[in-house]
Amino acid sequence: MKRIVRNSKVRDFHQARWNEPIIFELSRKGERGVLVPKAEADIVKQVGDGLSKIPSKMRRNGLPNLPEINQKRVLMHYLRLSQETLGGDVNIEIGQGTCTVKYNPKINDKIANTEKMTALHPLQDKSTVQGILEIIYKTDLMMREISGMNYFSFQPGGGSQATMSMASIVRMYHRLRGEEDKRDEIITTVYSHPSDAAAPALKGYKIITIMTDENGQPDYEAFKAAVSERTAAFVVANPEDTGIFNPRIKEFTDLITKAGGLNCYDQANANGLFGIARAKEAGFHMCYFNLHKSFGTPHGCGGPGSGALGVIEELRDYLPKPLVEFDGDKYFLDYDLKNSIGKVKSFQGSPQVVLKAYAWIMSLGAEGLYEVAKIASLNNIYLIKKLLEYKGLTVPYKVDTQRIEQARYTMEEITKDTGITSGDLARRVMDFGMHIWSSHHPYYIPEPLTLEPTETPSKDDLDEYIKTIHHIFDEAYENPEIIHNAPHNSTIHQVDETSLDDSEKWCPTWRVYLRKTKED
Amino acid sequence: MTIRGFKNHPYIPNSNLEVQQEMLRELGLESLNDLHVEIPEELKLKKALNLPKAFESEYELKRSINKIMNKNISSNEYINFLGAGCWQHYVPAVCDEINSRAEFLTGYAGEPYNDHGRFQTLFEYESLVAELLDMDVVNVPTFDWAQAAATSLRMASRITRRSEALVVGTICPDRLMIIQNYCDPGVEIKLINFNKETGRMDLEDLKKNISNNTAAVYFENPSYLGFLEDQGEEISKITHDRGAILVVGVDPSSLGVLAPPSHYGADIICGDLQPLGMHMNYGGNQSGFISTKDEERFVMEFPSRLFGIAPTIKEGEYGFGDIAYERTSFGNLRERGKEYVGTQTALLGITAGVYLSLMGPKGMYELGENIVQKSLYAIEELSKLKGVKGSRFNNIGFKEFVVDFNDTGKTVEEINGKLLFKGILGGKDLSEEFPELGQCALYCVTEIHLKEDIDNLVKAIREIIE
Repeated sequence: MKRIVRNSKVRDFHQARWNEPIIFELSRKGERGVLVPKAEADIVKQVGDGLSKIPSKMRRNGLPNLPEINQKRVLMHYLRLSQETLGGDVNIEIGQGTCTVKYNPKINDKIANTEKMTALHPLQDKSTVQGILEIIYKTDLMMREISGMNYFSFQPGGGSQATMSMASIVRMYHRLRGEEDKRDEIITTVYSHPSDAAAPALKGYKIITIMTDENGQPDYEAFKAAVSERTAAFVVANPEDTGIFNPRIKEFTDLITKAGGLNCYDQANANGLFGIARAKEAGFHMCYFNLHKSFGTPHGCGGPGSGALGVIEELRDYLPKPLVEFDGDKYFLDYDLKNSIGKVKSFQGSPQVVLKAYAWIMSLGAEGLYEVAKIASLNNIYLIKKLLEYKGLTVPYKVDTQRIEQARYTMEEITKDTGITSGDLARRVMDFGMHIWSSHHPYYIPEPLTLEPTETPSKDDLDEYIKTIHHIFDEAYENPEIIHNAPHNSTIHQVDETSLDDSEKWCPTWRVYLRKTKED
Repeated sequence: MTIRGFKNHPYIPNSNLEVQQEMLRELGLESLNDLHVEIPEELKLKKALNLPKAFESEYELKRSINKIMNKNISSNEYINFLGAGCWQHYVPAVCDEINSRAEFLTGYAGEPYNDHGRFQTLFEYESLVAELLDMDVVNVPTFDWAQAAATSLRMASRITRRSEALVVGTICPDRLMIIQNYCDPGVEIKLINFNKETGRMDLEDLKKNISNNTAAVYFENPSYLGFLEDQGEEISKITHDRGAILVVGVDPSSLGVLAPPSHYGADIICGDLQPLGMHMNYGGNQSGFISTKDEERFVMEFPSRLFGIAPTIKEGEYGFGDIAYERTSFGNLRERGKEYVGTQTALLGITAGVYLSLMGPKGMYELGENIVQKSLYAIEELSKLKGVKGSRFNNIGFKEFVVDFNDTGKTVEEINGKLLFKGILGGKDLSEEFPELGQCALYCVTEIHLKEDIDNLVKAIREIIE
């Protein structure tokens, strides 16, 4: 036979397209998806149907309107929908900058999916859960070394909840010093995560947002002017969304400390700094890591994750209760935290996520973590250099400032030339089995792309990604229609979003859809 | 000084020296030390982190961690009667199959196209839970019941522009702590007394405390202590007469047989999805839902994402998108958005959808019936023991009940210690959380308990107390 020639520049791709009905449309009266145990005959004989003992006003009148579907059809439905989801495992996941979507080792899931994890009740006697407590405790010890902080709580279930916990500690700290009313401001920066502003606002703080200087760094003079006796805390990411590291961070934190405030470090994404630099040396009093980002645990379409919250010695007693401790013989839960903010999440947060993070660290060690940070940065610098070879794409602020592990680009010039926006690009890139998310709002940088390769992609993966983006830029100039109408090879065609912001028309559930679209 | 890296690591393709050199060359850099140049020297670590040495193979990693985890005794090895916010139910195999699919497990923030499946499954979960609740709007799930309740109260406060919430006195103290922290400052939480015989809310105390500053009244069904609060309509009237919002927490596994709170006046319903197909995971699989009517004043106060259905340009095709995205902190508003949104528990929402699709109306009914029968049986059998009251409250419940050991002369701690020795995880000791109850324990019975499990429990307690 003839040699099969494979010289296409970009991937010839088509995502699964199943055009599945909505689950309710699969219902056929009488079908069962799973059988449920029934009470034994002796029990029924003794207590009857049980339900007649419930006051009639508390009994459900009729059955809930759930669909009746056989098991295979339920399975098929959800498997098809899974194929219509482009998880990190199946694509070269670079386009979700700030989210640190890296490889989630399968072995870690395997370890966490045994009954020794899944079938533990959170209130079991401590003697029966020494294993998981040991894992949590040992992960705490490793987190301390990685950050320089002194104690960790694994209660927060994600980064935003961790930020809220930090803001709660800030409030409690000043309350106990009698300064709660006076200190009513929290300072953040424009390229820190939106939750760094939103979660402290929930805790009643006035938010001061520091814009950047011409170098893309938080404006020091503006910051200095903002710090006062009203400052409760500084909540910041570094590097920020732009990938730019603020080299004067210690001057910032020193100012806050001198003014009597607390420094809170959003290290949700710490991927570029492992073994390079830590929260402690930069003058922070608290920090948190997203285990589902930096520590390789799966994102799960948006959780469950874990926002591991670390504090310096003096703030230990403010942490949510309880902490896992070790008395030299056994692991136990320490509830004796006298200034504690109480609790932020049920039980011990997400222990299965901590277990996976523990496995991740133990597969890398100090040398591996350092390699992660170096390669995350190398991949990023390589990606920037190669992508910018396309005229019209740039990184705002100084191009020659080395980014750390991610970068926010702007394709403004290409948009001006062609009318193709970053939103259009995001729709087209799916036709090649890739993904670019919309970046955090508001768009201070016009037509943004926020890309973060992490340590996961190989050079070949990076090159494929770069080629694909360049290919789409070419299309923008040569054949913009194909982008306007994209996606073509994705799961569905362009969505008509006009109903989504109109309360008369929006349909948040199937029942509302049936009601609002009823034909007379 | 150079810190050593880990070369040729399977998770880090470009830790391969040869490729590394090639990339560095292309960048005009000499070594990895030429990276991170923007970080000032005084902030840089000068030596490697002091961490345990990495395992040299996947096998050794697995072996070592299994060894630690094998120190645990799982609830499947013992008979478990613990509930109190995390309940052991049967998880159908298809639930595990779907939520361990790599596409869902490693998905995150894709667009409505490349993540069509994520959008549709979460829309379906919202729609299925809405049917169970007989309500219109359900959020993409939040962290847990406590968070859902806390946000519900904050929503009520924003809607009414009032700053106080009245909360049922039998609430789980841990849940209360989470709510209090989340609502502080802004919404003050006041507890309402409960009747010591029935557990029901003390309506006189409610009337005494409700005011024009009351944003919300909150109670639960079943209550934390298991019994049913059957005064829903009365509480609803008292609440609404004052222009406040009624928030009710509910265990969704009860709704095949129990009336959903929307039938007795709830404006906002919240609760936990964990009973719907989630393993316990040492409490790590809690997942909160919030539900309201489809009215703008409610919908616009959700901090969560709400996935809605929408047409595409192609006839006959379903598409999805975010409803009123701008209200969230992900929109242009940042700190002026509603509370905040971020990674919460989406995969568990997907799983709950799978569970409800499998169970169907009949499954949910049979589940509820079974649980009621088993609980009644357990209460009756325990009551036959000398000094034991199978149910402290003179009021029927669902799934959980307070067993009163006061007249046995033994503490719950003592009894539970001995039960453990017999391979039984006894109910949660309530003596610290509710000292007024003395020596009582919160027992949980679900469809996973066979008659013989309950009989073994009764036998074991008899041996301990007699």
